[in-house]
Amino acid sequence: MNDAAISCSGLVKRYGIVTAVAGLDLDVRRGECFGLLGPNGAGKTTTIEMIQGILAPDEGTIEVLGMNWSTDERALRERIGTQLQETKLPEKLKVEEVVTLFRSFYKHGSQVEEVLETVGLVEKREAFVVNLSGGQRQRLAVACALVCSPDLLFLDEPTTGLDPQARHALWNVVETFRRGGGTTLLTTHYMEEAEQLCDRVAIIDHGKIIALGSPSRLIASLGAEQVVEFALENGTPMPADTMERLPGVQRVTHDDQRTRLTVSTVHATVPALMKFLEDRGAVLSELTTHHATLEDVFLALTGRHLRDD
Amino acid sequence: MIDLRTNSLVQLTLWRTREFLREPEAIFWVFAFPVLLAFALGLAFQARGAETVRVAVQRGNGHGDVDAALRAAPNIEPVVLDSGDAQRRLRSGRVAMVVTAGDPVTLRYDSTRAESELARAVVVNALEEAAGRRDVVSIRDVRVRERGARYIDFLIPGLLGLNIMGTGLWGVGFGIVKTRQQRLLKRCIASPMRKSQYLMAQMLARLVFLVLEVTAVIAFGLLVFQVPLRGSVITLTLVVFLGAVTFAGFGLLVASRARTIEGVSGLMNVVMVPMWIGSGVFFAYSHFPDPMQPFLKALPLTALNDALRAVMLDGAAATSLVWMLGNLTLWAIASFVLALRLFRWQ
Repeated sequence: MNDAAISCSGLVKRYGIVTAVAGLDLDVRRGECFGLLGPNGAGKTTTIEMIQGILAPDEGTIEVLGMNWSTDERALRERIGTQLQETKLPEKLKVEEVVTLFRSFYKHGSQVEEVLETVGLVEKREAFVVNLSGGQRQRLAVACALVCSPDLLFLDEPTTGLDPQARHALWNVVETFRRGGGTTLLTTHYMEEAEQLCDRVAIIDHGKIIALGSPSRLIASLGAEQVVEFALENGTPMPADTMERLPGVQRVTHDDQRTRLTVSTVHATVPALMKFLEDRGAVLSELTTHHATLEDVFLALTGRHLRDD
Repeated sequence: MIDLRTNSLVQLTLWRTREFLREPEAIFWVFAFPVLLAFALGLAFQARGAETVRVAVQRGNGHGDVDAALRAAPNIEPVVLDSGDAQRRLRSGRVAMVVTAGDPVTLRYDSTRAESELARAVVVNALEEAAGRRDVVSIRDVRVRERGARYIDFLIPGLLGLNIMGTGLWGVGFGIVKTRQQRLLKRCIASPMRKSQYLMAQMLARLVFLVLEVTAVIAFGLLVFQVPLRGSVITLTLVVFLGAVTFAGFGLLVASRARTIEGVSGLMNVVMVPMWIGSGVFFAYSHFPDPMQPFLKALPLTALNDALRAVMLDGAAATSLVWMLGNLTLWAIASFVLALRLFRWQ
């Protein structure tokens, strides 16, 4: 039990008639970066806020760093760092003033200068929050989470809405924290983020964990690591014959106008697919291939995409 | 020696203070607005010479004699008009009265108007004097104009009270609701920040501005209109402090549940508007009917304004303000207790 940073079982949270979290068990080991991956409204934020002792669960137990919220709240708060979704830091304050403010809440922690260095905001220390870019604001939020030198870092959708460059900058901060031995629990609906950062991932849908494991193991569970995706010209009927017999194909799914083949050998499947379609008079309008991702795992499990866009 | 950088109460207070000082609009409403208002009202109600009464003399038999009699009086300005014109001017308030010669002389006026009584007195006096009345009592007039009895003297303490109420509700209420709306309150309670310190900091930041705003209004009154400050500064400080704490409690109360700025603005108006009118800011609350008096006196702003006037104009000592200070203390305790019970951190 001692190597668990977070351990919860049977978590339930209801809002009126809506059940946001429907019986969730979770163990996060010390020193790992753990991701809660799921679409909007899956219950990620509710879960992470219950674990942080901000929301009280309706049912279930939570143990964080071997302590309980009911008995050890103050001690626990000293040791966790938090970045919440959609928090707007005080716009009229300067970067350094904000970090100093949050530093003052904790008995122990890092120097303000050190933390600004870690998140790359030293040059912006005198800038007003209102003048920061989205990425800089997020890094400032993470600085406020890191300023207490936490054992456990909570990040709720840390890179939502950021451009790729800003996202990479933030990932670097998280990786630095992990190399220092810290434990991270983050939520995201970006599969690349989970694949890049997380040792293990729990895929959440409708308030429940539907898959759990390292990103590579989850992808491997598809049985094949490549995806071939194609669409046909308008009006061309999809051949009725099954494509599962084509060489290397593990799984066939259709959604909207597109067909996705999960395959182990692209070089064997694609020529066979071309011939298969040609024989049946079907005309391609699109053909792509990519490495299987957590997105494909989610799609295979739920038949839906992670993101609505 | 406390380290200011690591003391959370100091940092929380600094947060609020900086936010306020970096908001030009807030500076205007807290400092410039009451001073401008005092200036405008002070000019408008400046003490003038003895009032002149305008009356119409209706053209007809004997109007010349009446006109001459009134013209002889120092403070009457008669104008001879045809009946129709005279009535119109009376209706629109440009003359206070229409006088028609005859026996008896007819005085036509609206008795509900403030100037009518004065007009009647001076007109009757002038007519009787012209008709050869002999005064049975001899009168000597000594005219004085004393600081402390003018409208501006009444107004400045009222505006001070109004300002203490407004900035208490605004300063504390808006700050908290904005912080809640930005989910910063939630972020703060995810840290080991002490909730009591957060609320205390709102109060402390409030007191920082209080010193500045009270000084601004009193200094303005003193320098521009010579409004006196007859009581001790210590008593005044006590009254102002208690008033500020009470209205900060109200600020906390209106902000305890509100999720949006619009919501809290509505609540603030519910609290403030009755007191703007009923607590003797711009005019004495004794104008309201007797049955309402106990309720008006129970309002915290009434107590604050009465206490401020007693200290500034009458030089009252704290011991004679027991009722008002007690009233404020009760409101302060009630609002704080209720606010803390209702307060939602997220």
